Amino acid sequence: MLRTEYKNNILTAYIDGEIDHDSAAKIRARIDGAAQSLKPKLLNLDFSAVSFMDSSGVGLVMGRYRQMKLIGGALRVVNVPDRLYRIFAMSGLEALGVLR
Amino acid sequence: MNIVNEMSVSFPSKSCNESFARSIVAAFVMNLDPTVNELSDIKTAVSEAVTNCIVHGYRKSGGTIYIKGRITDNNKLTIRIRDKGCGIDDVEKAMEPLFTTAPEEERAGLGFAVMQSFCDRVRVKSEPGKGTTVTLEKTFGTQNDR
Repeated sequence: MLRTEYKNNILTAYIDGEIDHDSAAKIRARIDGAAQSLKPKLLNLDFSAVSFMDSSGVGLVMGRYRQMKLIGGALRVVNVPDRLYRIFAMSGLEALGVLR
Repeated sequence: MNIVNEMSVSFPSKSCNESFARSIVAAFVMNLDPTVNELSDIKTAVSEAVTNCIVHGYRKSGGTIYIKGRITDNNKLTIRIRDKGCGIDDVEKAMEPLFTTAPEEERAGLGFAVMQSFCDRVRVKSEPGKGTTVTLEKTFGTQNDR
């Protein structure tokens, strides 16, 4: 479901599989746990291995954006597969400049 | 229009059943030979509707979620997702993009917007205290990406 990697003040979370309301709660808890203890300057959410996502994925990104603001870091969402992009486009998240 | 196939299923409002619900709907539409995109669209819409039942309809106490599916010979799928939960006071407001009553759970307020975008038609019938029925309609075989 999730693998994290930390180096040079950058925390990267590789999300794997399906993101829905159920799995998002677990993914969120693990990422926030790591971010709280490591206080990274940058959190990368890597979506390359996400096979399915509903709007819970948008909530997950918005929530991590707020969390990173609170600890004084930045957020980037990387490697979003084309087929998932449609929901992100609907969300207005593009305006935050976090999608790469 | 002749009915080609029908199904009905019910399950408790546990969040682990979100993936169960979209998987059975995906299995049900397999006879329509869906494209990858069509399959992804209907799975996403069902996931949103079922999540609404769990997060909103049955927020205070759990309950049963009912799904009925029907395929007619014009390749049209109709999926009805029903809960007997708290109902929606203002359906129009609830369907506005980015409106949510559960921001603390990191709900983006996009559920109905996603359903509308990924289906041909979405109907919502709700009565406060009685529950909500969402009906999704999608015709398969209309996309050019086959």
